[in-house]
Amino acid sequence: MPQHELILLKNMMQPGYTGSLADYERTGGYQALRKTLGKTAPADVTAAVRKSGLRGRGGAGFPTGVKWGFLPKDYQGPRYLCCNADESEPGTFKDRQLMERDPHQVLEGILLACYAIGAESAYIYIRGEMVLGSKILEHAIGEARAAGYIGKNILGTGLNVDIWVHRGAGAYICGEETALLESLEGKRGLPRIKPPFPATHGLYNKPTVVNNVETLANLPHILNRGGEWFASIGSPPKSTGTRVFCVSGHVKRPGNYEVPMGITVRELVYEHAGGMRSDKPIKAFIPGGASAPFLTPAHLDVKLDFESVAAAGSMLGSGGVTVMEEGTSMVWAALRLMEFFYHESCGKCSPCREGSSWLVQIMRRIVAKRGRMEDLETLSDLCKNIAGRTVCAFGDAEVAPIQSTLKHWREEYASLIREAEAANLVMPEAAGARRES
Amino acid sequence: MLKDKYGKEIEDILARYPVKRSALIPLLYVAQRDQGYVTEEAMTEIAGILKLTPPQVYETITFYTMFNLKPVGTFHIQVCKSLMCALVGSDTVIGWIKSKLGIGPGETTADGLFTLSAVECLAACGTAPMMQINDDYYERLTEEKVDRILADLKTAGVSQLKSGPYMWPLPVTVKGET
Repeated sequence: MPQHELILLKNMMQPGYTGSLADYERTGGYQALRKTLGKTAPADVTAAVRKSGLRGRGGAGFPTGVKWGFLPKDYQGPRYLCCNADESEPGTFKDRQLMERDPHQVLEGILLACYAIGAESAYIYIRGEMVLGSKILEHAIGEARAAGYIGKNILGTGLNVDIWVHRGAGAYICGEETALLESLEGKRGLPRIKPPFPATHGLYNKPTVVNNVETLANLPHILNRGGEWFASIGSPPKSTGTRVFCVSGHVKRPGNYEVPMGITVRELVYEHAGGMRSDKPIKAFIPGGASAPFLTPAHLDVKLDFESVAAAGSMLGSGGVTVMEEGTSMVWAALRLMEFFYHESCGKCSPCREGSSWLVQIMRRIVAKRGRMEDLETLSDLCKNIAGRTVCAFGDAEVAPIQSTLKHWREEYASLIREAEAANLVMPEAAGARRES
Repeated sequence: MLKDKYGKEIEDILARYPVKRSALIPLLYVAQRDQGYVTEEAMTEIAGILKLTPPQVYETITFYTMFNLKPVGTFHIQVCKSLMCALVGSDTVIGWIKSKLGIGPGETTADGLFTLSAVECLAACGTAPMMQINDDYYERLTEEKVDRILADLKTAGVSQLKSGPYMWPLPVTVKGET
């Protein structure tokens, strides 16, 4: 395995590291906070983060320092920070590891972000299923409070920050930042129409920043070692730092691998994840979670950075890399993801709500060998009429699996349909798509 | 009444938010922990605590899949069926459970002990196939492991095979599960 410096996973890879406050402090934890609070102006913290080139690790990849800069400068009332820990994108499981193995790294990042934006309250919105993660975070918050890092008059600087853990309750859409805010306000998690953006009208209509767990965990390191240092890692100038890539699917050693951005999929799969199980060749992969279009073996040398993956026709997204071996049915794979999106559509926008149901029905019909050739055109038409026509990016995400598999493996769809036609198995009624609880 | 039983906890929850309604989901969790599901009575009481109408509580609770509006088995088995788990055998896991307990997704055993659900991604794709039972994750499932988990739960109510803090792959220097 090629050697490079670990940043986020470094502590937890040490033998015996428990993630306790004592362990974290022993490895230099909370030094960035001590060094920054009351000593560096909040605007200079934001400037350092801008200089680092850090971009959001949740999926959209928006520059973190720029996002902070959107907050109104002269606003006197409360501001909020929300840590997006609603990790629900299929193929992604890095935030869980960052929170459960090194919770103080995340908390220190939250405190630094609060200082930069002037927030006195932060909520960690963690997905409801991660009960263990929420307990670990709550324990860590207790430790940090007792040590004077959280609460009133932090480290004698006169600054106050409180951090609370708020569990979601099983809705993928609540990872979308405005849906997260609605959910945190105790409502159905329906995305808001933007503008206004959370920076001016966020939680309780107050200026709010929502940042992903991994994004925040990078902050202590950036403030300890400087924006230039961070900007020199990875694939500068636009994709700086490391990424914790989550590798899943048909590889020998799936799991989380922290590598500099700009590594190729081939390196990630063969040098880190141990290559393919059964040593079959790769047939397809998804580079950035279920919302990212499928790519083919022709894209194995594409660099995993924001620009290169976008140029290849997909997106780096949340860093969830799912690899499929030769022999996997792409129509079946697209259906599985479509079923996910159908289940998770929040129902606010008609194109997404109705469209996801139609897409699932047609896909099930084709996989059950009851499809008809004109279904392919219908699928394409539906996809075109969903993407870009919804309040949030879910609409674009839900069509990605079908559009990309139709583009690269159209023949697989056609051959399933030809089998149906040859066997004269076409049945008039559509296979019902029921919403299963 | 939840207020009599969990007064201190409810107060603590309310103190976290400047706007009461934010406490809705946390209070629904208190109710669900108490009865195993959220009763109509609990929803009405929570509406009263938060100065909401009962329909406001109902419209919210029905949006979220983790709340049970009717009783479920003592052990609620949720097997992930999303693509990443399906690639490495989650349908087979559902099949094992079906053959061992005689229930399919959406069904509960006659003794009320187990309910089986097939659910969407639970963020454990690196350790697939996996399932969640009540609050605990069980990962890297094999038929033998599933057997032991079900037997443990039946006899002892807990299983040591549940996951601890997540890390995969484990660093080579640490001796752990294989």
